[in-house]
Amino acid sequence: MDTKEKQKLKIRAAKIRRHIIEEVHSASSGHPGGSLSCTDILAFLYFEKMKVDPSAPRWADRDRFVLSKGHCAPGLYATLAERGYFPVEDLTGFRSADSYLEGHPSMTMVPGVDMSTGSLGQGISAAVGMALAGKIDGRDYNVYAILGDGELEEGQVWEALMAAAHYKLDNLTAFLDHNGLQIDGNIRDVMSPEPVSEKFRAFGWKVININGHDFDQIEKALCEASATKGMPVMIVAETTKGKGVSFMENEAGWHGSAPNKEQRDLAVAEIDAMIEKLEAEQAEK
Amino acid sequence: MGEDKNIKIATREAYGAALAEFGEDKRIVVLDADLSKSTKTEMFKKKFPERFINMGIAEANMMSAAAGIASCGKIVFASSFAIFAGVRACEQVRNSICYTKLNVKIGATHAGISVGEDGASHQAVEDMAIMCAIPNMTVISPADSVETRQAVLAAIQYDGPVYLRLGRLAVPVLFDEKDYHFEPGKGVLMRKGSDVTVIATGLMVHIAAEACDMLKKEGISARLINIHTVKPVDKGMILDAARETGAIVTAEEHNIYGGLGSIVSSVTAAGMPVPVKMVGIQDKFGKSGKPDRLMKMYSLTAEKIAEQAVEAIKMKRK
Repeated sequence: MDTKEKQKLKIRAAKIRRHIIEEVHSASSGHPGGSLSCTDILAFLYFEKMKVDPSAPRWADRDRFVLSKGHCAPGLYATLAERGYFPVEDLTGFRSADSYLEGHPSMTMVPGVDMSTGSLGQGISAAVGMALAGKIDGRDYNVYAILGDGELEEGQVWEALMAAAHYKLDNLTAFLDHNGLQIDGNIRDVMSPEPVSEKFRAFGWKVININGHDFDQIEKALCEASATKGMPVMIVAETTKGKGVSFMENEAGWHGSAPNKEQRDLAVAEIDAMIEKLEAEQAEK
Repeated sequence: MGEDKNIKIATREAYGAALAEFGEDKRIVVLDADLSKSTKTEMFKKKFPERFINMGIAEANMMSAAAGIASCGKIVFASSFAIFAGVRACEQVRNSICYTKLNVKIGATHAGISVGEDGASHQAVEDMAIMCAIPNMTVISPADSVETRQAVLAAIQYDGPVYLRLGRLAVPVLFDEKDYHFEPGKGVLMRKGSDVTVIATGLMVHIAAEACDMLKKEGISARLINIHTVKPVDKGMILDAARETGAIVTAEEHNIYGGLGSIVSSVTAAGMPVPVKMVGIQDKFGKSGKPDRLMKMYSLTAEKIAEQAVEAIKMKRK
């Protein structure tokens, strides 16, 4: 990825963040904090890494993506819309009864969603299933998933991790969106899943630790994941909950609450200023 | 109907045999949770090891993984005991399989108290109620091995989630493969009768047949209906029976709450109110013991069905 491409992706990620704020604000509900923390990973996967075709969302040989932390649907929907799966204008219908943009990802309603999620722990298991199916059929697609760190408290996650290692699913790469916060506060205070990297390793996964907001690191980790044979890969991404909107950053309160008009304006102004700055830099280069 | 009481085959046995028989279809993938010897999926595993996946003792992961595999165009059979498949993993069945309407068939063996010696912890008495309450789920409870074989085939041909409720205990073969045709959602009229209708499912069908013989000796003409598809249920056949015989007895190896009795009652209450007596597990957990002894202890007997038929007839409006 050259500097120009990277700059373009940064602008894309900022646009996704802007959509997230608009979606959650229009719905007066939803989950901005965790959507913002995994935005850069989503942007990289859909715009740089994954073999997908928005005009054929069910293409059999496509790479699959499962948002195991399904409550971050605003981030996924914004990414899918930017990628061309459905009109960006539809995003403000998020969570409304007249819209197809269901509160948590729905594979039967939303184009581009590969698995319905929302009940934590189930998405990573479904991703394991997709990877198993790829092995059975000898297809060379890859399966990607994003897990939340609070989600690790669900026992099913560990059942899934055990199965992925047992069946040597090297076509499966998961990201841990390690933002450190869950609804009731710091994950270390609520129910600590730490030390996460050691646990993943003990469960038979290759672990790569990165900064989840740095595209160079995301790119390098994904290259390493692609080259890894015989085991699944967990990319532990250190992230900031609420990333990109300063008053939301590292605040557990923004896990599942929507900005009011004033807060929306403040957030959008900050993101727009960022987009303007990035575009100016792009013009200079 | 070629009824030969000398031949007894467990429906789980017929399930494993059917998977092996129809397993040539490369879309079929079978999952089990370390119980393949008991659920009989081992028969498929021996023939098609490349499409058999042991998921270990982890039913929640098995159900959601089944959904993931099905999302890639496969027909997945996920098997375990009913207590684990239908009760323990019920939320995975709901959200990963039914909400998505994915092509997953749940082969739930060891349903009911006829599990026997393993006892209450392993005897699902509520699985049918739970599975029936989930939108998009089809629930099938076959009466014998012939019906099970055809139900497996029907499940393969149907695109969507199916719960197959199967038993551990060997039960009489009621049907003849040559003249039996399984039609999902359709009841099977097994005996004509005009005084009362016995509606049964699963292994209670052969016991209900005995009850009809007993009633015949007392001069009572009992109709017998086998409801293999508990959901969607054959409302037409139930309403005809209510209209024409005026009294119903249901028989199931399941809690009377939320099972066949509840479903039949809701159909008749709305369409043709008649007395409905329910023979089933009276809101109790099972226990350890020989299956035959337990069936008597829990009043899942021909005598009980016949007695309740007489009671239902007495309640008919003059």
